[in-house]
Amino acid sequence: MAKVTFIEHNGIPHTVEIAIGKTVMEAAVNNNVRGIDADCGGECACATCHVYIEPAWLDKIGLPADGSQEASMLSFAAVTQPDSRLSCQIVMTAELDGLVVRMPEGQH
Amino acid sequence: MNAPVNYQPSDDAWSMPLDQIDVSDPMLYQTDTYYPYFERLRREDPVHYRKGGMYGDFWSVTKFKDIMTVETHPEIYSSEAKLGGISITDRPMKFRRSSFISMDPPRHDEQRKVVSPIVAPANLQNMSGIIRERVCRVLDGLPRNETFDWVERVSIELTTLMLTTLFDFPEDERSKLTYWSDCATADVNAGGIVDSEEKRLEILTEALRTFTGMWHERAARPPGYDLISMLAHGEATRNLVNDPMEFLGNLTLLIVGGNDTTRNSMSGGLWALCKNPDEYRKLYADPSLVTSLVPEIIRWQSPIVHMRRTALADAELGGKQIKAGDKVCMWYISGNRDEDTIDRPNDFIVDRARPRHHLSFGFGVHRCVGNRLAEMQLIILWEEILKRFPAIELVEEPKRLYSNFIHGITEMKVRIPG
Repeated sequence: MAKVTFIEHNGIPHTVEIAIGKTVMEAAVNNNVRGIDADCGGECACATCHVYIEPAWLDKIGLPADGSQEASMLSFAAVTQPDSRLSCQIVMTAELDGLVVRMPEGQH
Repeated sequence: MNAPVNYQPSDDAWSMPLDQIDVSDPMLYQTDTYYPYFERLRREDPVHYRKGGMYGDFWSVTKFKDIMTVETHPEIYSSEAKLGGISITDRPMKFRRSSFISMDPPRHDEQRKVVSPIVAPANLQNMSGIIRERVCRVLDGLPRNETFDWVERVSIELTTLMLTTLFDFPEDERSKLTYWSDCATADVNAGGIVDSEEKRLEILTEALRTFTGMWHERAARPPGYDLISMLAHGEATRNLVNDPMEFLGNLTLLIVGGNDTTRNSMSGGLWALCKNPDEYRKLYADPSLVTSLVPEIIRWQSPIVHMRRTALADAELGGKQIKAGDKVCMWYISGNRDEDTIDRPNDFIVDRARPRHHLSFGFGVHRCVGNRLAEMQLIILWEEILKRFPAIELVEEPKRLYSNFIHGITEMKVRIPG
Protein backbone atom coordinates (compact mmCIF):
# COMPACT_ATOMS: atom_id res chain seq x y z
CA MET A 1 0.00 0.00 0.00
CA ALA A 2 1.03 3.62 -0.53
CA LYS A 3 -0.27 6.91 0.84
CA VAL A 4 -1.67 9.78 -1.24
CA THR A 5 -2.78 13.15 0.11
CA PHE A 6 -5.43 15.12 -1.76
CA ILE A 7 -5.71 18.78 -0.79
CA GLU A 8 -9.13 20.24 -1.57
CA HIS A 9 -9.36 23.64 -3.22
CA ASN A 10 -10.35 25.11 0.16
CA GLY A 11 -7.19 23.65 1.76
CA ILE A 12 -8.65 20.60 3.54
CA PRO A 13 -6.29 17.60 3.19
CA HIS A 14 -7.37 13.96 2.89
CA THR A 15 -4.75 11.24 3.21
CA VAL A 16 -5.76 7.81 1.90
CA GLU A 17 -4.11 4.49 1.14
CA ILE A 18 -4.09 2.71 -2.18
CA ALA A 19 -2.47 -0.48 -3.46
CA ILE A 20 0.66 -0.16 -5.59
CA GLY A 21 -0.36 -0.48 -9.24
CA LYS A 22 -3.66 1.37 -8.82
CA THR A 23 -4.07 4.91 -10.08
CA VAL A 24 -4.20 8.12 -8.08
CA MET A 25 -7.74 8.62 -9.39
CA GLU A 26 -8.75 5.25 -7.90
CA ALA A 27 -7.19 6.29 -4.59
CA ALA A 28 -9.68 9.16 -4.44
CA VAL A 29 -12.73 7.39 -5.81
CA ASN A 30 -12.30 4.19 -3.77
CA ASN A 31 -11.91 6.23 -0.59
CA ASN A 32 -14.77 8.65 -1.30
CA VAL A 33 -12.56 11.72 -1.56
CA ARG A 34 -14.84 14.39 -2.97
CA GLY A 35 -13.67 16.57 -5.82
CA ILE A 36 -12.35 13.85 -8.12
CA ASP A 37 -15.31 13.07 -10.38
CA ALA A 38 -13.68 10.63 -12.82
CA ASP A 39 -16.76 10.50 -15.03
CA CYS A 40 -15.15 8.27 -17.67
CA GLY A 41 -13.87 5.75 -15.14
CA GLY A 42 -10.17 6.02 -15.98
CA GLU A 43 -10.17 6.06 -19.80
CA CYS A 44 -8.45 9.45 -20.10
CA ALA A 45 -11.56 10.71 -21.86
CA CYS A 46 -13.19 13.40 -19.69
CA ALA A 47 -10.62 15.40 -17.69
CA THR A 48 -12.70 15.28 -14.50
CA CYS A 49 -9.94 13.78 -12.32
CA HIS A 50 -7.72 16.80 -12.81
CA VAL A 51 -5.09 17.53 -10.10
CA TYR A 52 -2.08 19.77 -9.58
CA ILE A 53 1.12 17.97 -8.61
CA GLU A 54 3.06 19.42 -5.68
CA PRO A 55 6.49 20.68 -6.84
CA ALA A 56 8.43 18.10 -4.81
CA TRP A 57 6.74 15.30 -6.77
CA LEU A 58 6.63 16.79 -10.24
CA ASP A 59 10.09 15.50 -11.26
CA LYS A 60 9.16 11.94 -10.34
CA ILE A 61 5.80 12.05 -12.08
CA GLY A 62 6.57 14.25 -15.05
CA LEU A 63 4.18 15.90 -17.48
CA PRO A 64 2.17 14.23 -20.26
CA ALA A 65 3.94 14.00 -23.62
CA ASP A 66 2.99 16.61 -26.22
CA GLY A 67 0.30 15.25 -28.51
CA SER A 68 -0.73 12.52 -26.04
CA GLN A 69 -4.37 11.86 -25.27
CA GLU A 70 -3.84 13.18 -21.74
CA ALA A 71 -2.34 16.45 -23.01
CA SER A 72 -5.23 16.80 -25.41
CA MET A 73 -7.91 16.20 -22.74
CA LEU A 74 -6.14 18.51 -20.28
CA SER A 75 -6.12 21.27 -22.86
CA PHE A 76 -9.93 21.37 -22.63
CA ALA A 77 -10.09 21.36 -18.83
CA ALA A 78 -10.84 24.61 -17.02
CA VAL A 79 -8.29 26.19 -14.65
CA THR A 80 -5.25 24.20 -15.78
CA GLN A 81 -1.72 25.07 -14.64
CA PRO A 82 1.74 23.97 -15.79
CA ASP A 83 1.64 21.25 -13.09
CA SER A 84 -1.74 19.83 -14.15
CA ARG A 85 -2.21 16.09 -14.61
CA LEU A 86 -5.11 13.68 -14.95
CA SER A 87 -4.94 11.49 -11.89
CA CYS A 88 -6.25 8.43 -13.76
CA GLN A 89 -3.00 8.42 -15.72
CA ILE A 90 -0.70 8.29 -12.68
CA VAL A 91 -0.04 4.75 -11.51
CA MET A 92 1.09 4.39 -7.90
CA THR A 93 4.55 2.95 -7.32
CA ALA A 94 6.56 2.51 -4.12
CA GLU A 95 8.52 5.56 -5.18
CA LEU A 96 5.35 7.69 -5.13
CA ASP A 97 4.40 6.68 -1.55
CA GLY A 98 3.47 9.91 0.24
CA LEU A 99 2.44 11.78 -2.93
CA VAL A 100 0.66 15.11 -2.43
CA VAL A 101 -1.70 16.56 -5.04
CA ARG A 102 -4.02 19.58 -4.97
CA MET A 103 -7.48 19.78 -6.50
CA PRO A 104 -8.84 22.53 -8.76
CA GLU A 105 -11.94 24.54 -7.86
CA GLY A 106 -14.06 22.39 -10.16
CA GLN A 107 -13.84 19.46 -12.55
CA HIS A 108 -14.86 20.57 -16.01
CA MET B 1 -55.37 -14.43 -41.15
CA ASN B 2 -55.98 -12.41 -38.07
CA ALA B 3 -53.03 -11.08 -36.11
CA PRO B 4 -52.52 -12.74 -32.72
CA VAL B 5 -54.56 -10.94 -30.09
CA ASN B 6 -51.63 -10.38 -27.75
CA TYR B 7 -49.28 -9.17 -30.48
CA GLN B 8 -46.77 -6.52 -29.38
CA PRO B 9 -44.77 -4.51 -31.95
CA SER B 10 -41.67 -5.13 -29.83
CA ASP B 11 -41.97 -8.90 -30.48
CA ASP B 12 -40.43 -8.16 -33.87
CA ALA B 13 -37.24 -7.06 -32.19
CA TRP B 14 -36.47 -10.62 -31.10
CA SER B 15 -37.79 -12.55 -34.10
CA MET B 16 -36.83 -10.48 -37.14
CA PRO B 17 -33.60 -11.30 -39.02
CA LEU B 18 -30.71 -9.57 -37.30
CA ASP B 19 -29.58 -7.85 -40.48
CA GLN B 20 -33.00 -6.26 -40.88
CA ILE B 21 -32.90 -4.41 -37.57
CA ASP B 22 -32.76 -0.68 -38.29
CA VAL B 23 -32.33 1.35 -35.12
CA SER B 24 -32.20 4.54 -37.19
CA ASP B 25 -35.99 4.49 -37.64
CA PRO B 26 -37.10 7.69 -35.84
CA MET B 27 -40.45 6.07 -35.11
CA LEU B 28 -38.75 3.84 -32.53
CA TYR B 29 -38.00 6.94 -30.46
CA GLN B 30 -41.32 8.65 -31.08
CA THR B 31 -43.15 5.55 -29.85
CA ASP B 32 -40.60 4.77 -27.10
CA THR B 33 -40.24 1.21 -28.39
CA TYR B 34 -36.50 1.12 -29.13
CA TYR B 35 -35.43 -0.79 -26.01
CA PRO B 36 -35.67 -4.46 -27.17
CA TYR B 37 -33.87 -3.75 -30.46
CA PHE B 38 -30.82 -2.50 -28.61
CA GLU B 39 -31.09 -5.20 -25.99
CA ARG B 40 -30.87 -7.79 -28.76
CA LEU B 41 -28.00 -6.02 -30.53
CA ARG B 42 -26.01 -5.67 -27.31
CA ARG B 43 -26.49 -9.39 -26.70
CA GLU B 44 -26.16 -10.87 -30.19
CA ASP B 45 -24.33 -8.39 -32.41
CA PRO B 46 -22.96 -5.43 -30.45
CA VAL B 47 -21.21 -3.86 -33.44
CA HIS B 48 -23.92 -4.27 -36.06
CA TYR B 49 -23.92 -3.47 -39.75
CA ARG B 50 -27.16 -2.41 -41.40
CA LYS B 51 -27.10 -2.29 -45.15
CA GLY B 52 -29.79 -0.24 -46.83
CA GLY B 53 -31.32 1.23 -43.71
CA MET B 54 -33.63 4.25 -43.70
CA TYR B 55 -30.52 6.45 -43.48
CA GLY B 56 -28.25 4.33 -45.67
CA ASP B 57 -25.56 1.81 -44.71
CA PHE B 58 -24.13 2.20 -41.23
CA TRP B 59 -22.48 0.50 -38.29
CA SER B 60 -24.23 0.60 -34.92
CA VAL B 61 -21.99 0.61 -31.85
CA THR B 62 -24.18 -0.38 -28.92
CA LYS B 63 -21.92 -1.30 -25.97
CA PHE B 64 -20.45 1.23 -23.53
CA LYS B 65 -16.85 0.08 -23.98
CA ASP B 66 -16.93 0.03 -27.79
CA ILE B 67 -18.47 3.52 -27.79
CA MET B 68 -15.60 4.67 -25.56
CA THR B 69 -13.11 3.24 -28.08
CA VAL B 70 -14.67 5.24 -30.92
CA GLU B 71 -14.83 8.40 -28.78
CA THR B 72 -11.14 8.24 -27.88
CA HIS B 73 -9.85 7.69 -31.43
CA PRO B 74 -10.76 10.83 -33.37
CA GLU B 75 -7.80 10.13 -35.67
CA ILE B 76 -9.73 7.08 -36.96
CA TYR B 77 -13.33 8.09 -36.35
CA SER B 78 -13.78 11.56 -37.83
CA SER B 79 -16.48 14.15 -37.06
CA GLU B 80 -15.69 16.20 -40.16
CA ALA B 81 -18.77 17.89 -41.64
CA LYS B 82 -17.73 17.29 -45.23
CA LEU B 83 -17.55 13.54 -44.58
CA GLY B 84 -21.02 13.55 -43.07
CA GLY B 85 -20.48 15.14 -39.66
CA ILE B 86 -22.04 13.92 -36.45
CA SER B 87 -25.49 12.74 -37.44
CA ILE B 88 -26.60 9.64 -39.34
CA THR B 89 -28.44 11.81 -41.86
CA ASP B 90 -26.23 12.44 -44.90
CA ARG B 91 -27.24 15.92 -45.93
CA PRO B 92 -26.52 17.02 -49.51
CA MET B 93 -23.00 18.47 -49.65
CA LYS B 94 -24.11 22.10 -49.96
CA PHE B 95 -26.10 21.81 -46.71
CA ARG B 96 -23.22 20.37 -44.66
CA ARG B 97 -22.39 23.21 -42.32
CA SER B 98 -19.18 23.05 -40.38
CA SER B 99 -18.95 23.86 -36.67
CA PHE B 100 -16.51 22.87 -33.99
CA ILE B 101 -18.49 19.76 -33.11
CA SER B 102 -18.16 18.61 -36.72
CA MET B 103 -14.43 19.26 -37.02
CA ASP B 104 -11.45 17.16 -36.02
CA PRO B 105 -8.43 18.37 -34.06
CA PRO B 106 -6.64 20.76 -34.37
CA ARG B 107 -9.27 23.19 -35.77
CA HIS B 108 -11.89 21.80 -33.41
CA ASP B 109 -9.63 22.49 -30.43
CA GLU B 110 -8.96 26.11 -31.40
CA GLN B 111 -12.62 27.05 -31.86
CA ARG B 112 -13.88 25.12 -28.86
CA LYS B 113 -11.40 26.86 -26.56
CA VAL B 114 -12.82 30.25 -27.53
CA VAL B 115 -16.23 29.51 -26.02
CA SER B 116 -15.40 27.05 -23.23
CA PRO B 117 -14.52 29.74 -20.62
CA ILE B 118 -18.23 30.64 -20.43
CA VAL B 119 -18.75 27.45 -18.40
CA ALA B 120 -15.58 27.67 -16.29
CA PRO B 121 -16.17 27.12 -12.55
CA ALA B 122 -16.13 30.80 -11.58
CA ASN B 123 -18.56 31.73 -14.33
CA LEU B 124 -20.94 28.95 -13.35
CA GLN B 125 -20.93 30.34 -9.84
CA ASN B 126 -21.83 33.76 -11.26
CA MET B 127 -24.76 32.35 -13.21
CA SER B 128 -26.21 30.25 -10.39
CA GLY B 129 -28.04 33.20 -8.79
CA ILE B 130 -29.99 34.20 -11.86
CA ILE B 131 -30.77 30.54 -12.64
CA ARG B 132 -32.23 30.02 -9.18
CA GLU B 133 -34.22 33.23 -9.33
CA ARG B 134 -35.82 32.14 -12.64
CA VAL B 135 -36.49 28.61 -11.42
CA CYS B 136 -38.31 29.99 -8.36
CA ARG B 137 -40.35 32.40 -10.48
CA VAL B 138 -41.35 29.70 -12.97
CA LEU B 139 -42.25 27.12 -10.29
CA ASP B 140 -44.19 29.63 -8.19
CA GLY B 141 -46.24 30.54 -11.26
CA LEU B 142 -47.44 26.96 -11.89
CA PRO B 143 -51.14 26.23 -11.38
CA ARG B 144 -52.44 23.84 -8.67
CA ASN B 145 -55.06 21.15 -9.22
CA GLU B 146 -55.03 21.91 -12.89
CA THR B 147 -53.54 20.03 -15.85
CA PHE B 148 -50.73 21.82 -17.68
CA ASP B 149 -47.90 21.06 -20.08
CA TRP B 150 -44.62 20.73 -18.14
CA VAL B 151 -42.58 20.98 -21.37
CA GLU B 152 -43.98 24.37 -22.29
CA ARG B 153 -44.29 25.89 -18.82
CA VAL B 154 -41.06 24.64 -17.26
CA SER B 155 -38.58 22.91 -19.60
CA ILE B 156 -38.78 25.24 -22.59
CA GLU B 157 -39.15 28.36 -20.48
CA LEU B 158 -36.11 27.69 -18.28
CA THR B 159 -33.75 26.51 -21.01
CA THR B 160 -34.67 29.35 -23.36
CA LEU B 161 -34.09 31.90 -20.60
CA MET B 162 -30.69 30.28 -20.04
CA LEU B 163 -29.90 30.81 -23.72
CA THR B 164 -30.79 34.51 -23.49
CA THR B 165 -28.13 34.81 -20.79
CA LEU B 166 -25.50 32.83 -22.71
CA PHE B 167 -26.03 34.87 -25.88
CA ASP B 168 -27.08 38.12 -24.16
CA PHE B 169 -30.17 37.88 -26.35
CA PRO B 170 -33.31 40.02 -25.79
CA GLU B 171 -35.56 38.14 -23.36
CA ASP B 172 -38.79 39.25 -25.02
CA GLU B 173 -37.69 37.65 -28.30
CA ARG B 174 -36.65 34.37 -26.73
CA SER B 175 -39.27 32.23 -28.45
CA LYS B 176 -37.21 32.68 -31.65
CA LEU B 177 -34.37 30.75 -30.03
CA THR B 178 -36.63 27.77 -29.31
CA TYR B 179 -37.98 27.93 -32.86
CA TRP B 180 -34.53 28.04 -34.46
CA SER B 181 -33.30 25.27 -32.22
CA ASP B 182 -36.21 23.02 -33.15
CA CYS B 183 -35.80 23.83 -36.84
CA ALA B 184 -32.07 23.12 -36.74
CA THR B 185 -32.59 19.53 -35.59
CA ALA B 186 -35.97 18.66 -37.14
CA ASP B 187 -36.08 15.48 -39.22
CA VAL B 188 -37.37 16.52 -42.67
CA ASN B 189 -39.75 13.53 -42.62
CA ALA B 190 -41.28 14.41 -39.24
CA GLY B 191 -44.23 16.23 -40.79
CA GLY B 192 -43.32 19.64 -39.41
CA ILE B 193 -42.50 23.00 -40.96
CA VAL B 194 -39.00 21.90 -41.93
CA ASP B 195 -39.82 19.50 -44.77
CA SER B 196 -36.63 20.05 -46.78
CA GLU B 197 -33.06 21.21 -46.32
CA GLU B 198 -33.93 24.30 -48.39
CA LYS B 199 -36.70 25.19 -45.94
CA ARG B 200 -34.39 24.62 -42.96
CA LEU B 201 -31.77 26.93 -44.43
CA GLU B 202 -34.40 29.57 -45.19
CA ILE B 203 -35.53 29.63 -41.55
CA LEU B 204 -32.00 29.50 -40.16
CA THR B 205 -30.98 32.37 -42.41
CA GLU B 206 -33.18 34.58 -40.19
CA ALA B 207 -31.13 33.41 -37.23
CA LEU B 208 -27.93 34.11 -39.13
CA ARG B 209 -29.10 37.66 -39.96
CA THR B 210 -30.05 38.39 -36.34
CA PHE B 211 -26.79 37.08 -34.91
CA THR B 212 -24.66 38.75 -37.59
CA GLY B 213 -26.10 42.09 -36.45
CA MET B 214 -25.30 41.25 -32.83
CA TRP B 215 -21.79 40.16 -33.85
CA HIS B 216 -20.92 43.49 -35.49
CA GLU B 217 -22.28 45.43 -32.51
CA ARG B 218 -20.24 43.38 -30.05
CA ALA B 219 -17.09 43.23 -32.15
CA ALA B 220 -17.05 47.04 -31.97
CA ARG B 221 -17.28 47.01 -28.16
CA PRO B 222 -14.80 45.67 -25.58
CA PRO B 223 -15.01 41.89 -25.02
CA GLY B 224 -18.03 40.80 -22.95
CA TYR B 225 -19.05 37.53 -21.30
CA ASP B 226 -21.53 36.23 -23.84
CA LEU B 227 -20.95 33.67 -26.57
CA ILE B 228 -21.26 36.11 -29.48
CA SER B 229 -18.81 38.56 -27.97
CA MET B 230 -16.41 35.71 -27.17
CA LEU B 231 -16.53 34.48 -30.76
CA ALA B 232 -16.19 38.00 -32.17
CA HIS B 233 -13.09 38.68 -30.09
CA GLY B 234 -11.59 35.16 -30.02
CA GLU B 235 -8.28 34.70 -31.79
CA ALA B 236 -9.41 31.57 -33.65
CA THR B 237 -12.91 32.82 -34.49
CA ARG B 238 -12.72 36.60 -35.04
CA ASN B 239 -13.24 36.15 -38.81
CA LEU B 240 -15.99 33.56 -38.44
CA VAL B 241 -18.65 36.08 -39.47
CA ASN B 242 -17.06 36.20 -42.94
CA ASP B 243 -17.85 32.50 -43.40
CA PRO B 244 -21.61 32.65 -42.92
CA MET B 245 -22.24 28.91 -43.21
CA GLU B 246 -19.60 28.06 -40.59
CA PHE B 247 -20.89 30.88 -38.37
CA LEU B 248 -24.39 29.45 -38.74
CA GLY B 249 -23.06 25.95 -38.01
CA ASN B 250 -21.52 27.15 -34.75
CA LEU B 251 -24.61 29.17 -33.82
CA THR B 252 -26.92 26.21 -34.26
CA LEU B 253 -24.49 24.02 -32.32
CA LEU B 254 -24.50 26.42 -29.37
CA ILE B 255 -28.27 26.99 -29.51
CA VAL B 256 -29.13 23.30 -29.75
CA GLY B 257 -26.44 22.29 -27.27
CA GLY B 258 -27.63 24.82 -24.72
CA ASN B 259 -31.30 24.21 -25.21
CA ASP B 260 -32.75 20.99 -26.58
CA THR B 261 -30.72 18.64 -24.48
CA THR B 262 -31.32 20.19 -21.06
CA ARG B 263 -34.95 20.84 -21.99
CA ASN B 264 -35.52 17.15 -22.53
CA SER B 265 -33.70 16.18 -19.35
CA MET B 266 -36.00 18.55 -17.45
CA SER B 267 -39.01 16.73 -18.90
CA GLY B 268 -37.55 13.23 -18.89
CA GLY B 269 -36.45 13.51 -15.28
CA LEU B 270 -39.94 14.30 -14.08
CA TRP B 271 -41.31 11.46 -16.21
CA ALA B 272 -38.82 9.03 -14.66
CA LEU B 273 -39.73 10.12 -11.13
CA CYS B 274 -43.47 9.89 -11.84
CA LYS B 275 -42.88 6.32 -13.05
CA ASN B 276 -40.79 5.50 -9.97
CA PRO B 277 -42.73 6.94 -7.02
CA ASP B 278 -40.60 5.11 -4.46
CA GLU B 279 -37.56 6.90 -5.81
CA TYR B 280 -39.38 10.23 -5.56
CA ARG B 281 -40.23 9.49 -1.93
CA LYS B 282 -36.59 8.61 -1.24
CA LEU B 283 -35.51 11.87 -2.82
CA TYR B 284 -38.17 13.93 -1.05
CA ALA B 285 -37.00 12.49 2.27
CA ASP B 286 -33.37 13.34 1.49
CA PRO B 287 -33.02 16.28 -0.93
CA SER B 288 -29.21 16.04 -0.74
CA LEU B 289 -29.60 13.19 -3.24
CA VAL B 290 -30.13 15.73 -6.05
CA THR B 291 -26.42 15.54 -6.86
CA SER B 292 -26.76 11.86 -7.78
CA LEU B 293 -30.33 12.24 -9.07
CA VAL B 294 -29.25 14.65 -11.80
CA PRO B 295 -26.62 12.48 -13.53
CA GLU B 296 -29.04 9.57 -13.25
CA ILE B 297 -31.69 11.65 -15.04
CA ILE B 298 -29.19 12.53 -17.75
CA ARG B 299 -28.27 8.86 -18.20
CA TRP B 300 -31.92 7.83 -18.16
CA GLN B 301 -33.01 10.41 -20.71
CA SER B 302 -29.92 10.14 -22.97
CA PRO B 303 -30.85 13.48 -24.60
CA ILE B 304 -28.68 12.73 -27.63
CA VAL B 305 -29.72 9.40 -29.12
CA HIS B 306 -26.60 8.89 -31.20
CA MET B 307 -23.47 10.57 -32.53
CA ARG B 308 -22.04 9.60 -35.88
CA ARG B 309 -18.43 9.34 -37.05
CA THR B 310 -16.89 8.43 -40.40
CA ALA B 311 -13.94 6.03 -40.48
CA LEU B 312 -10.79 7.55 -41.97
CA ALA B 313 -8.97 4.20 -42.05
CA ASP B 314 -9.72 0.50 -41.74
CA ALA B 315 -10.06 -0.50 -38.09
CA GLU B 316 -11.21 -3.37 -35.94
CA LEU B 317 -14.01 -2.68 -33.51
CA GLY B 318 -15.59 -5.28 -31.25
CA GLY B 319 -14.31 -8.03 -33.55
CA LYS B 320 -15.75 -6.44 -36.70
CA GLN B 321 -13.79 -4.97 -39.57
CA ILE B 322 -14.66 -1.32 -40.18
CA LYS B 323 -13.57 0.00 -43.58
CA ALA B 324 -12.32 3.49 -44.38
CA GLY B 325 -15.31 5.61 -45.39
CA ASP B 326 -17.86 3.64 -43.33
CA LYS B 327 -20.50 5.46 -41.31
CA VAL B 328 -20.24 4.54 -37.62
CA CYS B 329 -23.01 5.46 -35.17
CA MET B 330 -22.52 5.41 -31.41
CA TRP B 331 -25.91 4.83 -29.81
CA TYR B 332 -25.53 6.55 -26.46
CA ILE B 333 -29.10 5.57 -25.63
CA SER B 334 -27.98 1.92 -25.81
CA GLY B 335 -24.58 2.24 -24.13
CA ASN B 336 -26.35 3.89 -21.20
CA ARG B 337 -28.33 0.66 -20.71
CA ASP B 338 -25.34 -1.67 -21.04
CA GLU B 339 -25.49 -4.26 -18.26
CA ASP B 340 -21.75 -4.98 -18.54
CA THR B 341 -20.87 -1.44 -17.45
CA ILE B 342 -23.86 -0.15 -15.50
CA ASP B 343 -25.36 -2.02 -12.59
CA ARG B 344 -29.13 -2.61 -12.98
CA PRO B 345 -29.17 -0.34 -16.04
CA ASN B 346 -32.93 -0.58 -16.56
CA ASP B 347 -33.70 0.72 -13.09
CA PHE B 348 -33.94 4.42 -12.31
CA ILE B 349 -32.02 4.81 -9.05
CA VAL B 350 -31.62 8.23 -7.42
CA ASP B 351 -28.74 7.18 -5.18
CA ARG B 352 -26.37 5.28 -7.45
CA ALA B 353 -22.79 4.94 -6.21
CA ARG B 354 -21.22 6.18 -9.49
CA PRO B 355 -24.03 7.95 -11.34
CA ARG B 356 -21.77 10.08 -13.54
CA HIS B 357 -20.40 7.08 -15.38
CA HIS B 358 -22.74 7.48 -18.36
CA LEU B 359 -22.35 8.35 -22.04
CA SER B 360 -24.88 11.16 -22.43
CA PHE B 361 -22.24 13.91 -22.66
CA GLY B 362 -19.96 11.86 -24.88
CA PHE B 363 -16.29 11.36 -24.05
CA GLY B 364 -12.97 12.40 -25.53
CA VAL B 365 -12.25 15.68 -27.28
CA HIS B 366 -15.90 16.28 -28.21
CA ARG B 367 -17.26 15.80 -24.69
CA CYS B 368 -20.10 18.25 -24.07
CA VAL B 369 -18.68 21.70 -23.29
CA GLY B 370 -21.72 22.66 -21.23
CA ASN B 371 -22.06 19.50 -19.17
CA ARG B 372 -21.49 21.18 -15.81
CA LEU B 373 -23.87 24.02 -16.66
CA ALA B 374 -26.53 21.49 -17.65
CA GLU B 375 -26.08 19.66 -14.35
CA MET B 376 -26.21 22.90 -12.38
CA GLN B 377 -29.49 23.95 -14.00
CA LEU B 378 -31.03 20.56 -13.24
CA ILE B 379 -29.73 20.52 -9.67
CA ILE B 380 -31.22 23.93 -8.94
CA LEU B 381 -34.50 22.96 -10.59
CA TRP B 382 -34.83 19.82 -8.47
CA GLU B 383 -33.75 21.53 -5.26
CA GLU B 384 -36.54 24.05 -5.74
CA ILE B 385 -39.13 21.46 -6.83
CA LEU B 386 -38.44 19.45 -3.67
CA LYS B 387 -38.93 22.54 -1.50
CA ARG B 388 -42.38 23.02 -3.00
CA PHE B 389 -44.09 19.89 -4.30
CA PRO B 390 -44.53 16.66 -2.32
CA ALA B 391 -46.05 15.20 -5.48
CA ILE B 392 -46.43 15.93 -9.19
CA GLU B 393 -48.83 13.67 -11.09
CA LEU B 394 -48.42 12.51 -14.65
CA VAL B 395 -51.82 13.05 -16.31
CA GLU B 396 -51.00 11.34 -19.59
CA GLU B 397 -47.98 9.71 -21.21
CA PRO B 398 -45.66 12.23 -22.87
CA LYS B 399 -45.66 12.93 -26.59
CA ARG B 400 -42.28 12.30 -28.13
CA LEU B 401 -40.28 13.67 -31.03
CA TYR B 402 -39.86 11.90 -34.37
CA SER B 403 -36.07 11.91 -34.35
CA ASN B 404 -33.17 9.47 -34.11
CA PHE B 405 -30.85 12.25 -32.92
CA ILE B 406 -32.60 14.39 -30.31
CA HIS B 407 -34.37 12.28 -27.69
CA GLY B 408 -37.17 14.75 -27.28
CA ILE B 409 -40.36 15.08 -25.27
CA THR B 410 -42.68 17.54 -26.98
CA GLU B 411 -45.57 17.56 -24.51
CA MET B 412 -46.13 16.19 -21.02
CA LYS B 413 -49.39 16.86 -19.21
CA VAL B 414 -49.02 16.95 -15.43
CA ARG B 415 -50.92 18.17 -12.39
CA ILE B 416 -49.70 19.43 -9.06
CA PRO B 417 -52.11 18.59 -6.23
CA GLY B 418 -52.93 21.75 -4.27
